[in-house]
Amino acid sequence: MSVKQALLALLEEGPRYGYQLRAQFEHRTGATWPLNVGQVYTTLTRLERDGLVEGAGADAEGHVVYRITEAGRDEVAAWFTTPVSRTQPPRDELAIKLALAVTVPGVDVGRVIQQQRSATMTALQDYTRLKRRAAAGQEREDLAWSLVLDSLVFAAEAEIRWLDHCEARLRRAELERPETLLEEILADEAEAQAHR
Amino acid sequence: MSAVLQMTDVSRVHGSGATEVHALRAVSFAVRPGELVAVMGPSGSGKSTLLTLAGGLDAPTRGVVEVEGVDLAGLGNAGRARMRRTSIGYVFQDFNLIPALTAAENVALPGELDGVGAKVARAAARKALDEVGIGDLWDRFPDNMSGGQQQRVAIARAIVGERRLILADEPTGALDTETGEEILRLLRARCDAGAAGVLVTHEARHAAWADRVVFLRDGVVVDETGSDRADVLLDSGSPR
Repeated sequence: MSVKQALLALLEEGPRYGYQLRAQFEHRTGATWPLNVGQVYTTLTRLERDGLVEGAGADAEGHVVYRITEAGRDEVAAWFTTPVSRTQPPRDELAIKLALAVTVPGVDVGRVIQQQRSATMTALQDYTRLKRRAAAGQEREDLAWSLVLDSLVFAAEAEIRWLDHCEARLRRAELERPETLLEEILADEAEAQAHR
Repeated sequence: MSAVLQMTDVSRVHGSGATEVHALRAVSFAVRPGELVAVMGPSGSGKSTLLTLAGGLDAPTRGVVEVEGVDLAGLGNAGRARMRRTSIGYVFQDFNLIPALTAAENVALPGELDGVGAKVARAAARKALDEVGIGDLWDRFPDNMSGGQQQRVAIARAIVGERRLILADEPTGALDTETGEEILRLLRARCDAGAAGVLVTHEARHAAWADRVVFLRDGVVVDETGSDRADVLLDSGSPR
């Protein structure tokens, strides 16, 4: 995740210290991806080493404040104007699990699909509950958080649709399997004989 | 709290012999006051059958359907029709409004059919229209309303007279995403106010408004979210 760019983008609004950055990040993304403050300071140290931020002294309470450099501003601008890379799809555990479930013998694929569908639906119910609560806010930061929620809703919805699709494809594949057909033919034959 | 809708071991078989179709197989299903339950499944899984049985529009081959503790089978046709006018509200995908009646007249119709005086029925209709946010459109005809407004009229008709059970069959199917969400918000609010709701849908994002989501496959409940039953059901084996 681009903690580095996100912190830089926040610093573009003005100098801040570590706790403030973490609070702002979580406010806008609804603590969906929690940051610990140690991670924030490690990142700031690296950004300082790379000349993207610089120390701006300490405030009255002794917090070390950072501000963005010109190189840092260029980095943020480049981040916003470059699409997130799609060339290397992120490793998708569910897709890998299903690909193996349909090929490894003895796995109840239907059950794998249904368990995942229930789990994803439960998550979608949770997001929807959060959305209903979040809908009231008028601030720009509330909008930011609600868009992050929408992203989670769309992803969960897409996953459920994909699982439905997998289930339908599997059923069709099973119907087309020769041994299933043979069983059907034998059953039809037996029924026809019973009627004779 | 006792269930508003209780279905016990309900099966519905269409036809007989070689052409027999098992639309529902021994389904048990309960909805309590304040609860919105979504039913999901592919076409042919039995979703709509479940809803028509719950609303007394069809009778089960086996099993018992009770609404507010009353066995629908014991009511007879007239009794069931009365139950549908007074206790059960329906919302369909295609609104099902009567084009020659105004919004208020559409909503007042079940009450008037039930023998409530026209004045009282119209007053109740205006109140229900207010509740779904279109009180000012009471004298419009359906043709002069948008899809979202028509579905609001249909919801007002489903909730008028304090009905306890609301059955919705793909109520957002004909609406755009945002309007559909408003309709769900209304259904949700009605359930939060104490009604029991059943929402049949194939859209996961709409089902997510429910307290529980029940998955149907080939007429069998294979799983449900928000319940401890899920593992038990899965262990008893899906119909695959």
